[in-house]
Amino acid sequence: MNPTDWVVLLGTMLGIAAYGTWRTRHTDNLNTYLKGNHNTGWVTIGLSVMATQASTITYLSLPGQAYENGIAFIQNYFGLPLALIIVCAAFLPIYRKLGVYTAYEYLGQRFDAKTRLLGAALFLLQRGLQAGITIYAPAIILSTVLGWRLDLTIIFTGLLVIVYTVTGGSAAVNLTQRWQMAVIFGGMLTAFLVLLSKLPGDALPIAGAMGKLQAVDFTPDFKRRYTFLSGLLGGLFLSLSYFGTDQSQVQRYIGGAALREGRLGLMFNALFKIPMQFCIVMLGALLFVFYQFQPNTPVFFNRTEWQRHAQGPQAATFRAIEEKHATLHADKLDKIRVWVAARGRGESTAEIAARKVMLEAQKASEAVRQQARDALRSADPKAKVKDSDYVFITFILTQLPHGVIGLLIAVMFASALSSKAGELNALGTTSTIDLWRHFRPLAAHDEARNVRNAKCFTALWGFFAIGFALFVSFAENLIEALNIVASIFYPALLGVFVVAFFLKRVGGSAVFWAAVAAQALVLGLFFVGKAYPTHEIGYLWLNPIGCAACVIFSLLLQAVIGTKGPRPNTEGVQ
Amino acid sequence: MKPSPPDHSTGDESPGVPGFRTWRGVYLFVFGFFVLVVVLLAIFSRVFA
Repeated sequence: MNPTDWVVLLGTMLGIAAYGTWRTRHTDNLNTYLKGNHNTGWVTIGLSVMATQASTITYLSLPGQAYENGIAFIQNYFGLPLALIIVCAAFLPIYRKLGVYTAYEYLGQRFDAKTRLLGAALFLLQRGLQAGITIYAPAIILSTVLGWRLDLTIIFTGLLVIVYTVTGGSAAVNLTQRWQMAVIFGGMLTAFLVLLSKLPGDALPIAGAMGKLQAVDFTPDFKRRYTFLSGLLGGLFLSLSYFGTDQSQVQRYIGGAALREGRLGLMFNALFKIPMQFCIVMLGALLFVFYQFQPNTPVFFNRTEWQRHAQGPQAATFRAIEEKHATLHADKLDKIRVWVAARGRGESTAEIAARKVMLEAQKASEAVRQQARDALRSADPKAKVKDSDYVFITFILTQLPHGVIGLLIAVMFASALSSKAGELNALGTTSTIDLWRHFRPLAAHDEARNVRNAKCFTALWGFFAIGFALFVSFAENLIEALNIVASIFYPALLGVFVVAFFLKRVGGSAVFWAAVAAQALVLGLFFVGKAYPTHEIGYLWLNPIGCAACVIFSLLLQAVIGTKGPRPNTEGVQ
Repeated sequence: MKPSPPDHSTGDESPGVPGFRTWRGVYLFVFGFFVLVVVLLAIFSRVFA
């Protein structure tokens, strides 16, 4: 980055922060702090929903995921439009009708206090863990730009996010997200155009021949992570949980001026989410082609981590790996050119043979990248050996024109801040409304105290996220790690809401114990899969299994205990 | 302190989007668009696989 980039970066960041602070300088009641401004229109809600879930992790991690595994991840979003239609038709009117702060308040009204607490606890647990993952996003950016150690940048950005969130609240998040999204789209478009200008004419066929453009896979294989079926069914339940029961999303759309605004905001996402994600995964697939033609493609994209160990006692091993990678990379480029030439001549036999050789060269190159990860792990068992999240940021810093680099870094960092702010805000809200106020009902009337507590809880969750990120390492890339955590803790929660909305005969005790049993089942399936990988099912399948288990267990338990228990409270239920 | 007043609108009002008289129409449009996107992606996969 040069001085121009720094000026653009700091100017953009300060502008966003100043605007949010100025517009929300009088945010002093709980209603506004937690739900946001009630005059929020559908465009703001739609962008806010999109920005809360399409965080910097999406922009950093998704191109890297596609770089490594192709664009099949797009199938993960196939259930999303259907889920949003269900949320608009069934969930949203009920939340609006009851005028609740959090989705879990509804559970208290429909069932009982313990079910409400269980719902809030499941949300807090999974969102708290996710907050520890998402904090990596801004930290990765700073770590790459400044060359700082990742743990230091996690602490620095974590503290920054806490200050940003505690001083702003929900309305500030909403307001600034609208502008951030505009700048993000502009920045991503610029990156895409720059990438296209640097690609060879045969980029798409090359990406396809190397197995990166398989968007839809109709194979009925439960062990594959991303197929049409797992995306449609697993993705439907995952999205339904996310948009219908996760406070960080519900908070975005229950704040609208009218039911119409919330619905249109969600339909906006239903229409544009898959095309938007497709553009991002295509960016990753094309980045893969781009790096095939670069002579200095790194063997490991997290350069800060690599350099830290490459200068240590095992320097010779690291140098040997780099040299081997450079040789194999050049060899692979020759093979790609042979395939392109055969394809250009229209010689199908030569093309098939050349493609086979090209794919073998790719395998050899991947084997060296694996050696690099093993070497890092051997040098430092706690080293972060997943580098796909660094692919796009490396491209930005090394290939884009100055000024644009500063702009993109600024918007990605701002997006990371606002996404984390939304997340922490939802955690603070739920902790205040569903836990603190439940145990201290007399304090519920003290407006200023409520706001102070919400801010304290927000800060506490921020510190929890920093601690989790510092002490836990995971083998997945960021976007997959988030979805896996969600798929473990969401299904039982969704099951509780499905029972609440559609099974009026079931009471609080039945659904509570059913949710506990369903959660145990999902945890069991997940850990058995990890212990015996041959029996592991794709994580998206945990969503329909857990939800269905909760619903079935509820009906069974209600049949057993229903006649003895209190009458279920169905007031306010449509 | 009380939460904001409940919204008692029935949800059957016109969506106020040009070309759509009911929410069901909006949902059908979104569903149709989704099917179109999946078909296009399947064709894309077949062309470049």
